[in-house]
Amino acid sequence: MRFLFGLTVILALLLGASVSAQTEPPVTDSVADSVEVPAIPPPAPVTDLKALDTDDDHGHSVTLTWTKSVDAQTGQNTVNGHQIFRWYPAMMDSLAGVDSLKNMRQDIQRAQSANSVFRRALGVAEDALEDLTSGGRGFDALRFTVATPQDDSTFVLDRAFVEQALRDTVATMTTHLPLLPDSIKGLQASFEAAIERLTEAHQAYPEGGSWNLVGLAAKGDTSFVNSGNKDPMSGDFIKDFTDLYYRVDVVTIDETIRTESAIVGPVQSEGQWFNGGRFPVFWAVIIFGFLTMYFVSRARKGDDLYVRPLAGIEAVDDAIGRATEMGRPILYVLGLGTAADVATIASFTVLGRVAKQVAEYQTELIVPTYDPIVMSVAQEVVKSSYLDAGRPDDYKENTVFFVTNLQFAYVAAVNGIMLRELPATNIYMGKFFAESLLLAETGALAGSIQIAGTDEIAQIPFFIVACDYTLIGEELYAASAYLGREPILLGSLKAQDWAKAAVIVLGIVGLVAANLEWGFAKTFLEYFHVTN
Amino acid sequence: MSRTAVIVFAGVVALFVVSWMVKAMVLADVSETNIVDAFMVTVAAFLTLAIYSFLYKDNPYYKFAEHLFVGVSAAFWMVQGFWTTIVGNLLPRLSEGLATWFQQPYQGGGYDLGVFVFPYSIMYWIPVILGSLLLMRLSPQGGWLSRWPLALIVGTTAGLNFVRYLRSDFIVQVAATFVPLFGRDPHPWQGFGHFFSNLDLSASGQFVALLSNWVIFIGVFCGLIYFFFSKEHTGAFGKASRVGIWILMITFGASFGYTVMGRISLLVGRLTFLFRDWLGLIS
Repeated sequence: MRFLFGLTVILALLLGASVSAQTEPPVTDSVADSVEVPAIPPPAPVTDLKALDTDDDHGHSVTLTWTKSVDAQTGQNTVNGHQIFRWYPAMMDSLAGVDSLKNMRQDIQRAQSANSVFRRALGVAEDALEDLTSGGRGFDALRFTVATPQDDSTFVLDRAFVEQALRDTVATMTTHLPLLPDSIKGLQASFEAAIERLTEAHQAYPEGGSWNLVGLAAKGDTSFVNSGNKDPMSGDFIKDFTDLYYRVDVVTIDETIRTESAIVGPVQSEGQWFNGGRFPVFWAVIIFGFLTMYFVSRARKGDDLYVRPLAGIEAVDDAIGRATEMGRPILYVLGLGTAADVATIASFTVLGRVAKQVAEYQTELIVPTYDPIVMSVAQEVVKSSYLDAGRPDDYKENTVFFVTNLQFAYVAAVNGIMLRELPATNIYMGKFFAESLLLAETGALAGSIQIAGTDEIAQIPFFIVACDYTLIGEELYAASAYLGREPILLGSLKAQDWAKAAVIVLGIVGLVAANLEWGFAKTFLEYFHVTN
Repeated sequence: MSRTAVIVFAGVVALFVVSWMVKAMVLADVSETNIVDAFMVTVAAFLTLAIYSFLYKDNPYYKFAEHLFVGVSAAFWMVQGFWTTIVGNLLPRLSEGLATWFQQPYQGGGYDLGVFVFPYSIMYWIPVILGSLLLMRLSPQGGWLSRWPLALIVGTTAGLNFVRYLRSDFIVQVAATFVPLFGRDPHPWQGFGHFFSNLDLSASGQFVALLSNWVIFIGVFCGLIYFFFSKEHTGAFGKASRVGIWILMITFGASFGYTVMGRISLLVGRLTFLFRDWLGLIS
């Protein structure tokens, strides 16, 4: 109570200070002296500019190559970089194609928002009119006062005026609102027609249209890939089988001093059957899949696959025992991840093990969740564990419960649980973000044993400082395999270890290749370059 | 409720009212809705202080703010989910009648904003069915049906993430370790004489760049060894693992300091609200 008194006094003092607070006019900054920049001669242009469809890709991409300007890193050495421009056709009056498409997209989104807002506004107006006419609410509650622009006096609207205004509003909106969806459909149709006309519009080059900046390249670069998006709604859409024209400007440190290259085009982008840029991923999937199946098969045959002990997981058993002896609950937090996050999936396995022991020891378990789907899965996991432990009757539906889907509201609730229920053990396993330290610090204040595990690199430090045991990154995935001892998990863990060994070997080969510049080095290094 | 608690509560209410009145008077010159604005600012300030009171210990004011926050947020997301996902996205694709009822533009197939969608909206009945199956949890007999959509959600996204993680956490990481260790581009290893004559000690020079590359090289390989679970960490393997955990801890230390600075900026933001927007003590 002394604290609350103190808080009240401080509040009173602050309010007193607030009343007498005076503000000072802001100090204006002095004008900086202008600095004269010496004139730079225009650099020589890039030469041999070529534009080709990017090989073995998913389309929507063009590769440009050129020979460097003689003034890039040599000659006058005035080149600061390259700016790549693409020609956009004029599709609507004087607007360039890209701008018209952007405007149309914005119009569609604005119309959809307006539709939503008007729909709600109509409901409000109808309710107000209903209240007014039925006498459900007094006129005073609905009365509006309007400040006139000429002076400070106010003009109070009378009942008849307000009622008529509401009737007009409702009538107008009721008439026009049904038309809005058709307008939106019309806008969508115009947008789709514009997309269809893009190919034709590009063929009109050089009539109308304008050059738009699509990318930058460093002064030493001799190539650029203009990789666009396949989604017409995105800002960088490139339509396949459409004539495209490019030019590359060399710019100096003063961007107004530049030299344009010759224009190259027409070039068309198109997709190939196989996207070669994804081959590294394809091989990695094949190799990793094979390793996983091999080790899963070995584990199923009963081979003893060694997994080194993890201190954090060894401590789980002790922590559950401690909670049982103290007669206090165990708090299990699954984090803010969705049910599809790897960390959350790993956490479900740990939760299953904890729940099974909790069921055996008849200790209380509290699992507040952030995500409704995670709650559903966690309920299934805990229920199964109670069943496995031979105590299905001890399972309570409210062991796992939903709190809220807002990060800090969830934190506030879990913190409250920690201080009210005083759990003997707090286990945080899953995906955590800014709430990690708030939770762990409160748990430490409550005197609980704390075990944490997450693959969120930025949050691990907070758990390390505030928890007794922390599983770092992949240790969380290993923990689920270590606890579960299921062949699939163990096999996958072994495959991961082999993948790490492969990373080390490939890394060393790549390092040697990169440093000694062996003949095969370039090919080897390029093979690890993944594109979209 | 003890007498002291009642007195404190009365004091807080009195302070709230005084704050509201003072703020309303201050805002009278700049806002026509000064009374409502002042109320909102005062509520926000008192709720902020109620949450901060947790720093001392759990108390009724914190509990009030906590429950208000949780309740409002849960209700908000419920309403938001209904209007944006079900009414905004789903119904206009399922039924023209329902779309008209909710005054949304019907999107019954064909082209949708330039992207071809499956005609007759058949595809959108799949989430409807899966979503309905999720609700079967409420039924004691059909509860098992709710496991199907859960399995689909977890399995599908885990499969999609598998390829994504292989790319970003495996191949790209391997490629990122191919760094020059003995000479920086455009001066790769060309002998000791060339190496030492180009050894620039400035922050952007060759020495610092090479040092950084060596840290990447040693850090990646020792860090990977630390995360080996199939082998005991003894001997040379154990020593490399020890170096790995040291590198991890140094990284975590740096990350901790960096993030704490970010959190302090959040605190400053909140204090700015209290001292500027509420109390007007700072301009």
